[in-house]
Amino acid sequence: MNIMSEAAVEKALDQKMNTVPLKMIGKDVSVYYGEKRALFDVNLNIRENTVTALIGPSGCGKSTFLRTLNRMNDTIENCRVTGRITLDEDDIYDPSIDVVELRARVGMVFQKPNPFPKSIYENVSYGPRIHGLARTKADFDEIVETSLQKAGLWNEVKDRLQEPGTGLSGGQQQRLCIARAVAVSPEVILMDEPCSALDPIATAKVEELIHELRANFTIVIVTHSMQQAARVSQRTAMFHLGNLVEENDTDKMFTNPDDQRTQDYIMGRFG
Amino acid sequence: MTDVASPTVRVSTRPAESRRDIGIKRRYAAERRFRAYGISAIVIGLFFLAVLLWSVVSKGYTAFQQTTITLPIEFSEKVIDPKNERATDPKRLLTANYPVLARDALVKQLGIDPKKRPLVKQANDMISDSVRTQLRDIVVADPSVIGKTIPVTLLADANIDSAFKRQIDLSVEESKRKVKDQQVAWMNELAEAGVLKKSFNTGIFSFGASSRPEAAGVGVALVGSAYMMLIVLVLSLPIGVAASIYLEEFAPKNRLTDLIEVNINNLAAVPSIVYGLLGLAVFVNFAGMPRSAALVGGFVLTLMTLPTIIIATRASLKAVPPSIRSAALGLGASKMQTIFHHVLPLAMPGILTGTIIGLAHALGETAPLLLIGMVAFVVDYPGSPLEPSTALPVQIYMWANEAERAFVERTSGAIIILLIFLVIMNLGAILLRRRFERRW
Repeated sequence: MNIMSEAAVEKALDQKMNTVPLKMIGKDVSVYYGEKRALFDVNLNIRENTVTALIGPSGCGKSTFLRTLNRMNDTIENCRVTGRITLDEDDIYDPSIDVVELRARVGMVFQKPNPFPKSIYENVSYGPRIHGLARTKADFDEIVETSLQKAGLWNEVKDRLQEPGTGLSGGQQQRLCIARAVAVSPEVILMDEPCSALDPIATAKVEELIHELRANFTIVIVTHSMQQAARVSQRTAMFHLGNLVEENDTDKMFTNPDDQRTQDYIMGRFG
Repeated sequence: MTDVASPTVRVSTRPAESRRDIGIKRRYAAERRFRAYGISAIVIGLFFLAVLLWSVVSKGYTAFQQTTITLPIEFSEKVIDPKNERATDPKRLLTANYPVLARDALVKQLGIDPKKRPLVKQANDMISDSVRTQLRDIVVADPSVIGKTIPVTLLADANIDSAFKRQIDLSVEESKRKVKDQQVAWMNELAEAGVLKKSFNTGIFSFGASSRPEAAGVGVALVGSAYMMLIVLVLSLPIGVAASIYLEEFAPKNRLTDLIEVNINNLAAVPSIVYGLLGLAVFVNFAGMPRSAALVGGFVLTLMTLPTIIIATRASLKAVPPSIRSAALGLGASKMQTIFHHVLPLAMPGILTGTIIGLAHALGETAPLLLIGMVAFVVDYPGSPLEPSTALPVQIYMWANEAERAFVERTSGAIIILLIFLVIMNLGAILLRRRFERRW
C-alpha cells in the first residue's frame, strides 16, 4: 500500500527537516552590555524556511540573541558582540558587510506594534523606497498589495490605504508591521514576541500568518508562550541565564526534552 | 419548632472590625486644599494680567487717534520761491519756508488780524512743526501745485492733541499749562467747523523717531525688529536644530558632550545684557561691524535664542518614541534616513513651538540692543540690515524716558503694538503645532 501512516509521514518530514540547509549559523556568540555579560558562547543554527522559536524565562538572553542576528544591538550603547554569525556564508559582523543591506535581508517585527504615524500605504512602501526596490507608482502599488496580501491584511485595508496605520487595531497594526517587513523581501524575519500585546484572536491570526510565511521566509521568533512555540515552530531553542540550554525539534522538545531544565521550564516549574 | 439556622441565607453577625485609621478625611481635605491653592494661584495670575492689560490699554488706546486740522493751503509762489529760482537751484524748493503757508492758512481760517503777532504765534503753535516736511514733500513731488490752493490735512500740535483728547487739566492756572485759553477756544471753534477732528493715527505705524510726539512713530523700529527677527530665524533655526540633532542622535555620550550640555543649559540662563556686551566686543569692536545695525542686533539675539531652541529641540527629539526609531532601523533605514524621515517630522511641533517662543523672547529683548547702540535716534527707514535702526522694545524704552504727555500715550501705544505682535507669534506657534500634529 502507498498510504503511509501518519507517524510515518511525520518521520519522513523530520528526516527531511534534518537535511534542511542552514540559513544562519551562530558560533560562540557572546554579548556584553558594558561589563555585564548577557550571552555565553551560544552556538545556534537557524534552518532555512523553518520557524525557530526561542524560549526561556525573562532576562535569559533570547531577545538579545535575536537582535544580534540583524545587528539591532548596534544601536545600544556599550553593547559588544563576540563570536561569529553568518548569513549564507557571509559573516554579518564583518566590516565589509553593510548593516543597512543586512537589515534588508534580515527583517524584524517588534514586540509592540510600531507602525509609522503615516498612511498604511506609506508604511508598507517605505522599505522598498529606501532600498530602491521599485521605481514607478505601479511597482509600488504592486509591492504594497502583495505584501499586505502576504500579511493577510489586504482585504481589511484595501479601501483605506491612505488612512493612518496607527488607526488600525492592535492585531492589524502588528500584521501591518509584518507586511512592512515582508515588503523589502527579506530572507529572514525576526519576531520579538510579536503577539505579546495582542488578544487571542489577533494572536491566532498572526500565528496562522507565520505558518504561511514559512514557505518563503526563514523565521526566528522569540516567545514567552510555550503553547505558541509548540504551535508555530519546527525547531525550538531554550535559553537560560544567557546560556543555550537545548536546541531540538519542537515535537521532541515538548514531549521528551534532553535537558532537565527544559523539562522543568516547560512543565512550569520555574520561569 | 426549634430555631434552626437556615442553610441558604447566612447573614454575618460579626461586627465590622474597627479599621485602622488611615486618615481618609485628612487625605480628602489635603486634596481640596491643594486644589484651592492652585485655583487661587491662577486667579492671582489672571488678576495681575488683567491689571497690566487694563493699565496699558487704557493709557495707550488714545495713541491710535491723532488730532488733525484740514486747511486749504495756498501754495503761494511769493513764499516758496519769491525770486523764481527753482528751475536753476534745486535746493530752493527744499529750503522754502513752508510753515508760513500753514500758519497763514490757519490765521485766515480763524479770522485773526495778521498784524497781531502774539495771536498769530499762538495760532501757529497749534500746528505741528512736521508741516515743514509734509508740505515740502507735496511740493517736491509735484511742483505744479505752486500757485494753487488745495486742502491739506495737517497734524495738530501734540499739546492741542492732548487737550482735544481731554488729557490736559484746563482748571489749572493758564500760565502753568502749555495750552492757552485762546487756543482752547480756537480748538473748539475749529472742531465745530469740522476742520479739526480726531482720526485714526496711521503715523504711529509709519513715522520714525521724532522729538515731536505727533510726528513720532514705530515705523523704523518695526522695520529694524523685522530685520532682526528674520536674521534670528534664518540663523538660529538651522544651527539650533542641527546642533540638537547631532547632540541627541549622533554624539557619543561622554564627558565632553556632558560638558557641552551643561554649558548650553547655563547659556539659556545667562542675562541678556551679557550677550549685548559679547556682541559689542566681538561683532562691533573686533569684527568691525557697524553700530546700531539690525545685522549686529540679529546676531546678538541669535546667540541669545540658540540655547532656547536647542533645549526645546532636544526635548522634542527625546520625546519621539524609540519604537519608531527601531522600526525604521529594522527596515534597513540609515541613521540619517531614520532621523529625517521619521524622527524629525514627529518632533517638528515641539521644535517650532520652541523656536517661536525663542523668537518672541528675542522680539521683546531690549538690554543687549542698548549695548550695541540700537538706542539711536533714527528718523529714516533703514534700507538694509547694515544701516542704523532701532527696535520696537528700544523705541518703547526711549519714549518712556520722554516727559511730554503725548509720549506717555505713545509709550503705551507702542507696548500694545508689541503685545499684538507677540500674540500673533504665539498664535502662529499654536496653529503650526496643530497643523503638524494632525499628521497623526
